[in-house]
Amino acid sequence: MAKVELKSVVKRFGDVRVVHGIDLEIADNEFIVLVGPSGCGKSTILRMVAGLESISDGEIYIGDRCVNEVDPKSRNVAMVFQNYALYPHMTVHDNMGFSLDMAKRPQKEINEKVRKAASMLELEPYLDRKPEALSGGQRQRVAMGRAIVRQPDVFLFDEPLSNLDAQLRTQMRMELKKLHMKFSTTTIYVTHDQIEAMTLADRIVILKDGLIQQVGTPVEVYEKPANVFVAQFIGNPPMNILEGTVARDQGRLGVRTKRSFFPLQEDRKNLWEGQKVLFGLRPDAIKIGDSLNRIPPEWRCTAQVELTEILGGQSLLDLVVDDEISLIAEVEGRVQMQAGSSVEVGFCFDRVVLFDPETEEALSSVAQLEGTAEGTTPERDIAHKKEIEVHTN
Amino acid sequence: MERKLSPATIVLYVVLGILVILYLMPAYMALVTALKSPAEISLPTAWEWPSVINWSSFSEALDLLKPNLVNSLILTVCATALSTVLGSLNGYVFSKWTFRGSEIIFTLFLFGMFIPYQVILIPLFQTLRAMNLYGGLPGLILAHVVYGLPITSLIFRNFYAQIPTALIESARLDGAGFFSIYTRVVFPLSIPGFVVTSLWQFTQIWNEFLWGITLTRHSENPITVGLAQLAGGQAVSWNLPMAGSILAAIPVLLIYVFLGRYFIRGLLAGSVKG
Repeated sequence: MAKVELKSVVKRFGDVRVVHGIDLEIADNEFIVLVGPSGCGKSTILRMVAGLESISDGEIYIGDRCVNEVDPKSRNVAMVFQNYALYPHMTVHDNMGFSLDMAKRPQKEINEKVRKAASMLELEPYLDRKPEALSGGQRQRVAMGRAIVRQPDVFLFDEPLSNLDAQLRTQMRMELKKLHMKFSTTTIYVTHDQIEAMTLADRIVILKDGLIQQVGTPVEVYEKPANVFVAQFIGNPPMNILEGTVARDQGRLGVRTKRSFFPLQEDRKNLWEGQKVLFGLRPDAIKIGDSLNRIPPEWRCTAQVELTEILGGQSLLDLVVDDEISLIAEVEGRVQMQAGSSVEVGFCFDRVVLFDPETEEALSSVAQLEGTAEGTTPERDIAHKKEIEVHTN
Repeated sequence: MERKLSPATIVLYVVLGILVILYLMPAYMALVTALKSPAEISLPTAWEWPSVINWSSFSEALDLLKPNLVNSLILTVCATALSTVLGSLNGYVFSKWTFRGSEIIFTLFLFGMFIPYQVILIPLFQTLRAMNLYGGLPGLILAHVVYGLPITSLIFRNFYAQIPTALIESARLDGAGFFSIYTRVVFPLSIPGFVVTSLWQFTQIWNEFLWGITLTRHSENPITVGLAQLAGGQAVSWNLPMAGSILAAIPVLLIYVFLGRYFIRGLLAGSVKG
């Protein structure tokens, strides 16, 4: 059990900087997911915490100890690798007990701990098998068992589910979540899959090009993305990003597109009339049919249907508004519509996110300007910690 | 499954058959000559099967070559074991513990493979004499160990490149150090590598002649030198050197027969998702 702290952590490979000064505080027992496209530095950060990569600049603390110069084996962290990295010549039992054996624990204790972990992971029938005689999911479990047996301060996961097929991935994801609820060990989990990030994380860290784009709970990064990149990376299909101009109509501040005007829910002091903005709408913030009743008339308009895709319980609609703005809506139920037909749509404009078109950063709402800031401020951390404590109790 | 014999296949097999006969001819000649009594050996009847099979050449040759055989066994086993183990450690470092400049050092290392025996003969002789190792088996063993390192290191480095680095990293996090990773993880996975490398080294060292004759005194000569002396007299009874060469070939043959099957085993199966 330990908190993990990264202070201005930099990683250079030769002259190339791949991680540019990361600051991150991970609370004790927290499940943190690092997510981002390939090459964003997420695996490098994880490997620096593990001690498998040196830290070019900055400091990493595990608990109260600066581990910059500490050997991987003395950091008391356990890592689950993408390809499992099981020792092929050892049985499942020996794989899981290897770290205890290295620590010269008595054989009796090793057997006990391995058996306990194996029963938890339903691996007992396979303890005498070698990894080659196991299925992908079982190998994955052995890798997790190997990590659990050590009772480490921190669990590190490097894309552990990416080698599994879709069905097994969902199942293992849930098992991982349950394991974390059971052990409440601080966990750092790297993935490029935003669904894994959304479902597993207490807080998500979104990275791009070695820089943190946003840190927040899954709902925060979904509803209040810090910039256009986060808006489009989190969520599938991604957030619709449209162009508009700030205008005032009948006394209300809003966004004007070519032919329509959508008033904002409240006045914002940091916007001025004539200001160009990008505005983002989640596909599930666009309604049609019966759900339109909940949308005030000023947030509705007419759209042309380009394509409908039925996912099962939901449908995706490719829509065109004002003859030129295309967007994707995700609506409940199976919707079958002719291409080219017109449909009345409503925007949940209370969920709109405005971005500066040049910096692509979010334009903070009034509420945000007044204090409850985003990201890693101490207040948020404390509030969040309390939330976790409630969870675990 | 029925296969049609196309003209091309037939031509191929005929050519291969001729080559096999060509290749086995010396072996047949050696066997036939070894089994004849000295009186029966003559050029006109050289290809004929012996009228009476005479096994005594083998026991006679064995008596004459015994000291050389023993020398060669000691030399080959020691030099093969040492150069293989050292090569394995080198390969482990060059593939999994790379350091600044290790690629350059490895490249320089490989130059050693392209130096012919003859080129370093004189400096080698002088070095061994300076080290007081000239004339005996230890000196020859040392020479073969050093000379074998480039090739054994190369084979092991390429072999270890197939072992996923994550395995090493995982062992590091599990608390294993440089040597315990080697003994507990890398070495058990290296059996095919050891088989390939020791087969290669065994054959090379067993068959080597030039250093054997120049770097050891008479009593320490290896089998290749003994064989040459058997055939080097004034009136040669050809049955003896022929029987001797068959005897000399047996250890290498046996090694291939018994260790060859390890080539096929894939001991890495199951370490990572295939």
